[in-house]
Amino acid sequence: MNVIEVTNLVKRYGDHAAVDGVSFSVEEGEIFAILGPNGAGKTTTVESISGLRTPDSGTIRVLGLDPQRDRDELRRVVGVQLQESELPEQMRVREAVELYASFYAGPRDGEQLLADLGLADKRKSQFGKLSGGEKQRLSVALALIGNPKVAILDELTTGLDPQARRDTWQLIEDVRAGGVTVILVTHFMEEAERLADRIALIDAGRVVALDTPSGIVSRVDAEQTLRFRPSVAMDDGLLTGLPEVRRVSRHGPTVEVAGTGNLLAAVTAVLARNHIVANELRIEQAGLDDAFVALTGRKLAS
Amino acid sequence: MLHHMITAETRLFFREPGVWLLTILLPTIVLVAVGLVFGVEPDPGLGGLRWIDIFAPSMVVMTLAILGVNLLPARLVKYREKGVLRRLSTTPASPRSVLIAQLVVNMGVAVVSLAVLLVVGNLMFGIPLPKDPIGFAVAFLLGMSALFALGLLVAAVAPSAGIASALFVPLFALVMLLGGVYLPRTMLPELLIRIGDYTPPGVQALLDAWQGTSPQLAQLAVMALITVLAGAAAAKRFRWE
Repeated sequence: MNVIEVTNLVKRYGDHAAVDGVSFSVEEGEIFAILGPNGAGKTTTVESISGLRTPDSGTIRVLGLDPQRDRDELRRVVGVQLQESELPEQMRVREAVELYASFYAGPRDGEQLLADLGLADKRKSQFGKLSGGEKQRLSVALALIGNPKVAILDELTTGLDPQARRDTWQLIEDVRAGGVTVILVTHFMEEAERLADRIALIDAGRVVALDTPSGIVSRVDAEQTLRFRPSVAMDDGLLTGLPEVRRVSRHGPTVEVAGTGNLLAAVTAVLARNHIVANELRIEQAGLDDAFVALTGRKLAS
Repeated sequence: MLHHMITAETRLFFREPGVWLLTILLPTIVLVAVGLVFGVEPDPGLGGLRWIDIFAPSMVVMTLAILGVNLLPARLVKYREKGVLRRLSTTPASPRSVLIAQLVVNMGVAVVSLAVLLVVGNLMFGIPLPKDPIGFAVAFLLGMSALFALGLLVAAVAPSAGIASALFVPLFALVMLLGGVYLPRTMLPELLIRIGDYTPPGVQALLDAWQGTSPQLAQLAVMALITVLAGAAAAKRFRWE
C-alpha cells in the first residue's frame, strides 16, 4: 500500500522552480530517502508533504490526506523533524518532550524515547545548553513522540559525530521496525545506502533516479575490481570465460579481475570449485557517489 | 494541550533571571521610593490628593509597558526567528496556542504585579484600594488589551528581531512618558496630558476609577477600538515563520 503519493509536484519561488515535476510514492513501512545536493529541492519537497508549503501544482496524498486541505488530521499522524528549528533556550529536555506529548492523543513513552536516543541523562538540561548533536536528537524525539504513522526527517544526522550518527541510524531502523514509514532527506550517500529501501535521487528540482540503492548503483555501468592472491598457482582462463569478467591481469602474485554484474559471486564460485583460496580478497565497487556523478554529471557535496 | 502550553510558558517566564522580579516588583519599588522621598502630604493643588495617589496609576502603566510593548512581543519575535513557531506548526498544536499562552501568562503577571502594587501602596502609604473597583477592572483590562495589541502589531510587522527591538524602544519610551512614569503627568505640557488620556493603557481612566470617579466612556471606548483594530491587524499580518 502506498502511504505517500506525490504526483508532478511543482513549487516555484519567483521564476525559479525549486521543485520541478517531482513524482514518487512511498510504501508502508518503507525507509525512503530523498538524496541530492544542497539546493536540489529536497527540503521544499518534504515541506510540501508536511503541509508547510503550498505547491504551485501537482497532488500530494499522505495516508489518503491532502496536506493542505486535511492539515489538522495530517498533523496527528505525521511527525516532522525540521532543519533550523529550535526550542526556547530555557526549556528543559523533559519539559519539551512532555509538552509535545500533550499535543497527541496516544503519544509514545517520552522517558523511553529519551533513553533510546541517549538523552536520558540530559532530561533536566535546558535546550540552550545542549550540544548540536543533542539538539538534533531531541528534535528527532519530538518528531516521534506523537507515535506517527509517517516520520519525515530532514537532514537528521547533519552535525552529528560518527558515533552519534550510527546510533541515530539504529534508532531509525528501530522506528521502522515498529511499523513507521520514514522519509529521510539527506545529502549523505552513506546514510542513504545504509538505511534506505529506496532512494529518490533529486537534482535541480527533478527526480533523476528512483530505485533501491543497489539498483541505482547498477544503472551506472560501473566496473568492479577484485584483487586477491590465489593460494595455489591458477590459470587466468578459469576466469576469463565468465560472462561477468572483462579482464584479468596480474601484478606480481596478485590477480586483478575487472568486470560487472555479480562479479564477486561468479569469481568465488569458480575458485571454490577449483579448491583455490582467495587470500587478501579486496573488492572495489562503484557506490552511490559514482552513480550520482554518472547520472547528473555533478558531484554530490558532502 | 493549551494548559500544558500555558504551564510551559509560565515556567519559561519565571526562568528568565531578573525578568519576573523586574516586572512584578519594580513598579512597587519605584512607588515606595517615590513615596519615601517626596512624602505623602495632601496637596491642595491636587484637589487634596497626595502626590503618591496621582503617581500610583503610572506604576500600573510601567508594568503594562514592560510586558506589552517589550517582553511579550519580543518573545514572540524571537520564537518566530528561532523557528519555535515553525516547529509547532508541524504538530497538532498550532502556533496560535503559543500566542494565547503568552497572552495568558503576561496578563497573569500583570495582575500579580498590580496586586502587589495595590497591597503595598495601601499598607505603606494608605493609598486606597480602587474606589470604583468595577470601573478600575474595566479600565485595567481594556488598557492592557490595547497596549498588548499594539505590541503584537509591532511583532507582526517587524521583519526581524533587530528591527522589532528598534521599534519597541521608542514605543516603550512613549508609553512611559505619556503614562507619567518619567515625569508626573502634572508636570507634563497640557497637550501631552490630553494625548495621554487616550493612549494605551489609559492612565487617566485608571486614576479616575482608583479615586472613585467613573472612568470616561470615551477613553474606554478608544482603548476598546485600539484593541480591536491593532489586534485584527496583528492577527492578519502575523507570520509564523
